[in-house]
Amino acid sequence: MNMKKYLFIFFIYFASLNNLYSMGADVFVQSTVNRVSDILSKDTSRDQKIIELKKIAKETVDIKGIGFYTLGPKRKELNGEQKQRYIKLFEQYFLKSFSSRLAEYTNPEIDVYDKEVLNENYTIVNSLLKSTIERPEVKIDWRIYTKNPNNPMIRDLIIEGLSLARTQKEEFSSILNSNNGDINSLFSSMIKFSEN
Amino acid sequence: MIKKFAIILITTLALTYNVQAGSDGELLLKKNSPTEVKDCFEGLNRATFAFNQALDGIIFKPVASVYKKIPSPVRTGVSNSLDNLSNLVTIPNNVLQGDFKLAGINTGRFLINTTVGVFGIFDVAQAIGIIKHEKEDYGQSLAKAGIGPGCYIVLPVLGPSTARDTFASAANFLGGDPWYNVTVRNDTTYFNDLDYYGSRVTGGVDFRAKNYDAIENLKTNSLDFYASVKSLYLQDRQQKILNTKKITSTQDDSDWEEIENN
Repeated sequence: MNMKKYLFIFFIYFASLNNLYSMGADVFVQSTVNRVSDILSKDTSRDQKIIELKKIAKETVDIKGIGFYTLGPKRKELNGEQKQRYIKLFEQYFLKSFSSRLAEYTNPEIDVYDKEVLNENYTIVNSLLKSTIERPEVKIDWRIYTKNPNNPMIRDLIIEGLSLARTQKEEFSSILNSNNGDINSLFSSMIKFSEN
Repeated sequence: MIKKFAIILITTLALTYNVQAGSDGELLLKKNSPTEVKDCFEGLNRATFAFNQALDGIIFKPVASVYKKIPSPVRTGVSNSLDNLSNLVTIPNNVLQGDFKLAGINTGRFLINTTVGVFGIFDVAQAIGIIKHEKEDYGQSLAKAGIGPGCYIVLPVLGPSTARDTFASAANFLGGDPWYNVTVRNDTTYFNDLDYYGSRVTGGVDFRAKNYDAIENLKTNSLDFYASVKSLYLQDRQQKILNTKKITSTQDDSDWEEIENN
């Protein structure tokens, strides 16, 4: 009897835990946005905010996936060592760029209002950044990678229809094109950015 | 002269429309995709971009930072008024694109806002339920007619464009923009050149002020600011041509699917 009771509690516990993790993409985005908003509204230094924002980014953004997407067809030409180096540099670059962009905002209010399931791998979540005296209302869509429903990850931010991942991809492509496709030129640009 | 130009334009568009009768949204999407637009004059474009950046630093950025301090209702009024004037180019382009319903709606909005809304300062039409639609221009009409964008071009002062859009904007100065006609082209009692150029410069400052933080942020966090601006401009242009803000309408998901197989 005790064993049955134990198994029942065990089952309920894991079922609820699983529900918690396999949250919908919209709930995931709203919860991430709320976490970011809490950090930005705190009375802490900019540096502290950046540290905390980087932590959230590591947990919620598929940095490696975005990195390979932004490299475009070039990724097929890289050997294992170059790929590893690229991903390491891209993560440093991404986290710095992401956190310093967000740290400029104070208490942004974002409301999730809809979602569109594209396929089993992707859901687009629609949200609105509320207007302030300084700027008008901004529509932000989130491309969420849902292949593992227990661990949804952000892959793109689409601001007023403009994809940040696509912009990044074209920026990297431009750097490569200007340097005869030399991957080291992209590495140098990322190192320079991260060190500044 | 205006009549002649209008006839040539309509005939050309009509012919091209016929040629493209079999084309669909997919072709329009592909033709105007940012990756399809060639940067044929990249060296010159980058030099012009640097010139524009310097000009921005000296004139537009400082003016926009002061403009941002003006009370919000005043800025909204200026913005509404400029939007209202843009209807004068949007309406003929609604007609050229065969969208007569939108032409009627925009004409109604223009008449109401110009009169009851005091020269467009107040968006009365929106308040009574006649909602605002996307702006249209001659470049978008040519795109809808199936004309490709051609090369990417950075114009001095005016900024990013394409060969098609630069060519099409000439229509504004050849009678296609009634606001230009009553201010610059013709001598009228109530308006002069200053009204036209003043409205254009104010439009530039208003845009810079609205996007002040976004532009500064992008500049600080870009590895290649020129490439970022080009990408954002071409994405925005593609959306305007397709009249959509849905990413699923403009982005090919196979781009993302490819990385799964790596």
